[in-house]
Amino acid sequence: MLAFIIRRLAQAVVVVLAMVSIVFFGAYVVGDPVWMMAPGDATQEQIEEIRRTFGFDQPAHVQFLRFLADIARGEFGRSYVHGSSAIGLILERMPATLELAFAALVFAILFGIPLGLYAGLKPDHWFSRAVMAGSILGFSLPTFWVGLMLIMLFSVMLGWLPATGRGPTVNVLGVETSLLSLEGWRHLMLPAINLGLLKLSLVIRLTRSGAREASLQDYVKFARAKGLSQGRIIGVHILKNILIPIVTVLGLEFGSLVAFSVVTETIFAWPGMGKLLLESIQRLDRPLIVAYVMVVVLLFVTINLIVDILYSALDPRVRITGAES
Amino acid sequence: MAAVLEVENLATHFALREGLVKAVDGVSFSIAPGEVLGLVGESGSGKSVTGFSIMGLVDPPGRIVSGSIRLEGRELVGLSEDEMRGLRGRRVAMIFQDPMMTLNPVLRIDTQMIESVLAHDRVSEKAARARAAAALTQVGIPSPEERLASYPHQFSGGMRQRVAIAIALLHRPALIVADEPTTALDVTIQSQILAEAQKLCRESGAALLWITHDLAVVAGLADRVAVMYAGRIVEQGQVDDVLDHPLHPYTKGLIGSVPSGAMRGSRLAQIPGATPSLGRLPPGCAFAPRCPRVIDVCRVTSPPESQREGRRLRCHNAEPAP
Ligand SMILES: Nc1ncnc2c1ncn2[C@@H]1O[C@H](COP(=O)(O)OP(=O)(O)OP(=O)(O)O)[C@@H](O)[C@H]1O
Ligand code: SF4
Ligand SMILES: [Mg+2]
Repeated sequence: MLAFIIRRLAQAVVVVLAMVSIVFFGAYVVGDPVWMMAPGDATQEQIEEIRRTFGFDQPAHVQFLRFLADIARGEFGRSYVHGSSAIGLILERMPATLELAFAALVFAILFGIPLGLYAGLKPDHWFSRAVMAGSILGFSLPTFWVGLMLIMLFSVMLGWLPATGRGPTVNVLGVETSLLSLEGWRHLMLPAINLGLLKLSLVIRLTRSGAREASLQDYVKFARAKGLSQGRIIGVHILKNILIPIVTVLGLEFGSLVAFSVVTETIFAWPGMGKLLLESIQRLDRPLIVAYVMVVVLLFVTINLIVDILYSALDPRVRITGAES
Repeated sequence: MAAVLEVENLATHFALREGLVKAVDGVSFSIAPGEVLGLVGESGSGKSVTGFSIMGLVDPPGRIVSGSIRLEGRELVGLSEDEMRGLRGRRVAMIFQDPMMTLNPVLRIDTQMIESVLAHDRVSEKAARARAAAALTQVGIPSPEERLASYPHQFSGGMRQRVAIAIALLHRPALIVADEPTTALDVTIQSQILAEAQKLCRESGAALLWITHDLAVVAGLADRVAVMYAGRIVEQGQVDDVLDHPLHPYTKGLIGSVPSGAMRGSRLAQIPGATPSLGRLPPGCAFAPRCPRVIDVCRVTSPPESQREGRRLRCHNAEPAP
């Protein structure tokens, strides 16, 4: 188990290095940040001055090596725009994004598993057909469009829920959260639904196909032959089997929720790191972009690790040992 | 003694898009306490559907359309799902063919045994566990306490089938339906399980319906045998009588198709011609296209059931008495 984790961490370092290099050169190619930093009426000397201060006058590979050396020392640089530590800015915004992604995931699971189970166990019922048709919509409608529709319906026309911002937050152990106040929940609702809709469709389809397949298995017939109640058969025998793929896929999808939150955060003005990223890209704020990528890659790696461990806990046939890859 | 199970004129049909499949069509038999009835027939003849009908586990598009199934005198056809659930596992238990598939792969053996106890008896979990351990001992599984904490994949096929048998025995049912429980096992394990099952039934007085392809198994295990063809029982009687002197041409064909001296493990698909498709049976006797004794009336009317020499028979032109 320990060997497994260590190997995973080593892999993570390689992935982070690769990602950081790609982002560095990507940002390098896209444009010269000096034009963003210098005031509009700056003279040629002033611009050269900025270049020298930030080291932009050096050749690309020198800049890159210097940049790697900085990272090795835990120094991610300062945001060109905000002037403060890039990683600090990202981490400051991260709780908001994680909270949103988490709420979206919970929304998808809470509704997706019961709906998927129903559709899988009663495939011919009209309600099941409606659920499946709905899940196709959930897959195909673009997130930004759904977000705008949600705002129009629930905020503009009905006036039930706020359309923008995070609402009041409460500080718990140094982390700001909106989960502890009604107003916070009201603000979280629409963005979470918007972000979670795609995953809801995914959970429904995964659960349905899993339930359909499992319900035809001999062990379900045997469980019925033992005289078990329908509730126990569905809730234990079927669910425990289909939970394995669902947990695996959803765990891996959590990373993509964080990534997709860029769109939702922008629409709902949710003050998370996705929104910050978009602003940084527009301003070519390289340290911020790099810090974001580092954080997200680390998040992905951590999630994968947790999923692997969970997977082995759920499926007794899989046991993580140091020997297997 | 009163029969544990009486099946009369049972008909279970599947309404498929391609047409009506009469998987079981007018089947009658009964089993006394402690008795073993072997139900043999080719693949697709309706043996499993008969078993599932008794268990109340026929799923749509299948349906029991007529007939009666009485277990310990109580009519099962028409019982509500809840009443049926109360009997399953308690008064009538079932063992399936493939022990690799019948135990849930993600649940521990103790979970799967304890839940079976608790499905019918209000006892503490500790008491249920003790009963599970006792049942494992009963079927010859050593150190049951340890084994209870294992998952199915940690057992061999034979061991898993023993666990399934132990589960079936938990409530001392009046009837056990065993659907080819040894087919998937290798020969040595097969005979061990057979001997074990026979012994356990004798001890507990449970009636046993043993479904199989294998005539040798029937010869060694059963008291009586019922031969099934295309949804009907064509001949049934005492096992020695039927196997020594088959009266129905199909039974005779089955026995003739088993190479002598190598009875064990042989399959029953060696009679010339193919098993008919149940959706498109010929009028008259379903065996007529393959029957060496076919006469004109066979192609027109389906043979009714008759009694002869202590057997029940469905044939217009049965073999002469020995
Ligand atoms: N779920 C089902 N849907 C449709 N038809 C079915 C279904 N189950 C059984 N049948 C029909 O019933 C017939 C009898 O099936 P059954 O499983 O009882 O055969 P069997 O005698 O047990 O054969 P085997 O030896 O292969 O197990 C099959 O040929 C099939 O046409
Ligand atoms: S009824 Fe006729 S066709 Fe059918 S088994 Fe008897 S002799 Fe053969
Ligand atoms: Mg069968």
